[in-house]
Amino acid sequence: MTKNSAGERLYNGLLKENPTFVLMLGMCPTLAVTTSAINGLGMGLTTAVVLALSNLIISLLRKVIPAKVRIPAFIVIIASFVTVVQLLLQAYLPSLNDALGVYIPLIVVNCIILGRAESYAYSNPPIPPLFDGIGMGLGFSVALTCIGAVRELLGTGKVFDMQVMPDSFTPIGIFVLAPGAFFVLAALTAIQNYLKIKGAKKGKDTSKIGSGCSHDCLNCGEKGCAERFYDANAEERKED
Amino acid sequence: MNEMKDLLILLISSSLVSNVVLSQFLGLCPFLGVSKKTNTAAGMGAAVIFVITLASAVAGLMYKFILVPLGIEYLQTICFILVIAALVQFVEMFLRKVIPSLYESLGVYLPLITTNCAVLGVALVNVQKEYGIIKGIVNGFATSVGFTIAIIILAGIREKLEYNDIPEPFKGMPTVLLTAGLMAIAFCGFSGLL
Repeated sequence: MTKNSAGERLYNGLLKENPTFVLMLGMCPTLAVTTSAINGLGMGLTTAVVLALSNLIISLLRKVIPAKVRIPAFIVIIASFVTVVQLLLQAYLPSLNDALGVYIPLIVVNCIILGRAESYAYSNPPIPPLFDGIGMGLGFSVALTCIGAVRELLGTGKVFDMQVMPDSFTPIGIFVLAPGAFFVLAALTAIQNYLKIKGAKKGKDTSKIGSGCSHDCLNCGEKGCAERFYDANAEERKED
Repeated sequence: MNEMKDLLILLISSSLVSNVVLSQFLGLCPFLGVSKKTNTAAGMGAAVIFVITLASAVAGLMYKFILVPLGIEYLQTICFILVIAALVQFVEMFLRKVIPSLYESLGVYLPLITTNCAVLGVALVNVQKEYGIIKGIVNGFATSVGFTIAIIILAGIREKLEYNDIPEPFKGMPTVLLTAGLMAIAFCGFSGLL
């Protein structure tokens, strides 16, 4: 596939650089709203819409926005789309709006969106960033739906509200509560580390595999929340 | 008297019962990222208390005196995020000029929390639950105290965990997340308080 073609961007977002499973971005909503598969899907698609539209607009405006004030400009654009989407959800899908609550406006500070704006949309003509946004958004939706389905299955024995487990299965209620989110994510990162170590032994390039945000949900580049302002390791190096 | 009681209950429920990181998952990035050492965690916690309390005051005032009179409440997300970002920058400049000693202990953490989702989250929750200004400030303070408690405990545990022999794939983030999960279970115990 040629670089920057629509198909390549979709593949990149869905599999190669999946924002949740590979880059480990946007962990706050990932943990908070995945109590059930349907909530995860709703959150993922909402984020996808915002991501695709903001990527498109930022890319169209890339020659107008001066580099020095680009971050505030990105934030205003993203926040506008979040507001639009929130109002639409309130009007047409009130049940989803209630289930996701405060996490919808908090899409503004999702690493993935600003990360894509900064690392891709701001430096490319409009069509590839649009598909990049759709690809990344779908990747995020798939990941959230999977995590939500696993938690729902273990916690209630259902998936998408349909009974899957036999009656003899005792639901492990903690998986739909807050601690379960941490445990599922811990298992996920452990699997990721395992694959990373295995890949490194075989000499594969695993540098893209991130390990979660480090400091700030918003100030991120492609590789998670970049240490743009403050290098946490610098202090340790000084002490050594 | 009743009001004082309300505020006290709010204080306990926001800081312990529905802890901002362990049950609401806001501010996870600094929680996981800056919790390697107890003293850095304490510094981060202090900066978060400072910024969230101030931001909930400013956001509350702005909502009541600008957004509501003009009838543009739907612009709250955009306004809050811009005001919070500007506020943190301003606080940083102000501290550097006026109270250099405080700046030295908090300064490095301030830019990190400019747009921490917990700050915006508290401002939005205050509006959503119609807390008003005083209650909003108390809620902001309590939430950030809860954050500080959680991050200092996590940092303490991580310092102890450092010398343990952990299976290779579980080193780093997975262990931290498991610890956070166990802490979340412990914090569930607080729900009996109210």
